[in-house]
Amino acid sequence: MRRDVDIIFAVLGSFLLLYIAIPIIFLILKQCFDFETLLQILSDEEVLNSLKNTFLTSAITTLIALIFGVPLGYILARWDFMYKSLVQGIVDVPIVIPHSVVGIMLLVTFSNAILDNYLGIISAMLFVSASFTINSARDGFLSVDRKLEYVARTLGAGKLKTFLTISLPLALPSIVSGAIMTFARAISEVGAILVVAYYPKTAQILVIEYFQNFGLKYSMPISVVLILLSLTIFVTLRYVFRRLC
Amino acid sequence: MLRLCRIKKDWKEFKLRNISLDVKSGEYFILLGPSGSGKTLLLEVIAGIHKPDEGKIYLDGEDITEKPPEKRNIAYVPQNYALFPHLSVYENISYGLKLRKLDKKEIDEIVKNLAHSLGISHLLHRKPITLSGGEQQRVAIARALAIKPKILLLDEPFSNLDVGTRSKLIRDMKRWHEEFKFTAIHVTHSFDEAMSLGERVGVMIDGRIEEVGNLKEVFSTPKNVKVAEFLGYNILYGEKIKDLKLSFDSKYVVIKPEDISISEDGIEAIVEHVELLKFSANVILNVNGLKLKALTTVDEILKNNIEVGSKVFVRIRNFFTAGDSASTFTTNVCKESVNS
Repeated sequence: MRRDVDIIFAVLGSFLLLYIAIPIIFLILKQCFDFETLLQILSDEEVLNSLKNTFLTSAITTLIALIFGVPLGYILARWDFMYKSLVQGIVDVPIVIPHSVVGIMLLVTFSNAILDNYLGIISAMLFVSASFTINSARDGFLSVDRKLEYVARTLGAGKLKTFLTISLPLALPSIVSGAIMTFARAISEVGAILVVAYYPKTAQILVIEYFQNFGLKYSMPISVVLILLSLTIFVTLRYVFRRLC
Repeated sequence: MLRLCRIKKDWKEFKLRNISLDVKSGEYFILLGPSGSGKTLLLEVIAGIHKPDEGKIYLDGEDITEKPPEKRNIAYVPQNYALFPHLSVYENISYGLKLRKLDKKEIDEIVKNLAHSLGISHLLHRKPITLSGGEQQRVAIARALAIKPKILLLDEPFSNLDVGTRSKLIRDMKRWHEEFKFTAIHVTHSFDEAMSLGERVGVMIDGRIEEVGNLKEVFSTPKNVKVAEFLGYNILYGEKIKDLKLSFDSKYVVIKPEDISISEDGIEAIVEHVELLKFSANVILNVNGLKLKALTTVDEILKNNIEVGSKVFVRIRNFFTAGDSASTFTTNVCKESVNS
């Protein structure tokens, strides 16, 4: 009887798994039959530049999210203050706003300063992806026993020293996995970038442009490259980090 | 050496109400009280983790009320030991020494000496998670002693350990206290722990220190009725005193369970409950509607065939009186500190 339940759960569970995996495999397999276009695209300077733009801006976005997100996460985990739930709400807002709307909001607020430049791409990415770093940092700090910080203080460590030697190292796994999510979210952002900074062209924008101008045949190779690069980076980061901890 | 003066603090569901206390240099002071009475909060106020809402803390005559914990040199061992999980045992013990910028050789010597005294030399390279409860406890104490603290604060240090480990650690703790001559405040809810370790005791109930004094005196004849109640003694007041034919003119009369003996003659009572322990037995007696706790031996129970519903006679061997206000030491301590 229990075996039946196991089987039903396994079958139901595999549906979504396959649904995610099959399109990726399909895309890559299909491209294998058209190696020529892939090589052609890979030697296209516009494509290479766009890939460089995507990964560079995403990396900078992640860095900014870390610099500002980790302290905010610490405050959310450790302090009690008025309107704390409001602050937490604001942090979560970007997740529920349609990304095209994010682009419009940013453009209305910062207008020409971010129109069609690197700053624009980064602002769009940061807006939609910072929550992941903040929330993971908060959860990481929440999981650190306060008594550890108390003891460090009594042993002679000031507030900052305690943070650097106790709280931060212990929250680091959580913070890094949040940063990886931020990085991933930044790479996959299209909607807001489309509105704010069509140029300098990022790979995800180029996919859309090639699709509209030249059709599936030419948008596919960039997609494949983008997917392979992203997957390689995430798998490596996660693997390396798990080994370190 | 440590003087608390009228400390008040409101924190979460805990409260400290007007606490004044003197702890002498080199003594092993026991802070005894039921859970939720605010003992941990008091330790953390002494350590500087929480600032008191009112009151002053003096250490060696110096007002340290406003000093942050890292400047007090008061070591704290929390109930869960709070070993740094990402650091090895060696790094845990040397944490405070590194902050004091001692050179490597010096640190190494202190850590190794301490580890030797505490019997944890073989654990130095291990991570805390791989240690047993008793070993963690020793590491936590080593880490605290490493900084040569003016006071060592111990929060229920033996409560998470099994009985065997506990009695060994209690013996060891006495030895370490003699060897390192530290001043300690040891928080516990266990009378046994208090009895086997302490010199002086402060009994804390509901955020107030109700009585301070020599451990044996406080335990044998508490002057405060709340302390007597916490110790599990029988408290009689008003008409009930007359029921037992005790002629005494006091608001409260305290009778220890072991001072009520079941005998051939005396006051008639009905046995309401019998609880057999390893050697002793707790009996609840009903004397004319008045419930009394009596302590006797298992032998006695079996010999006299005592069971629930039995009619027995009781004698009261001894009793004493108690008051219901916190003793006067509180005001004394504070007066002195104003003068000094």
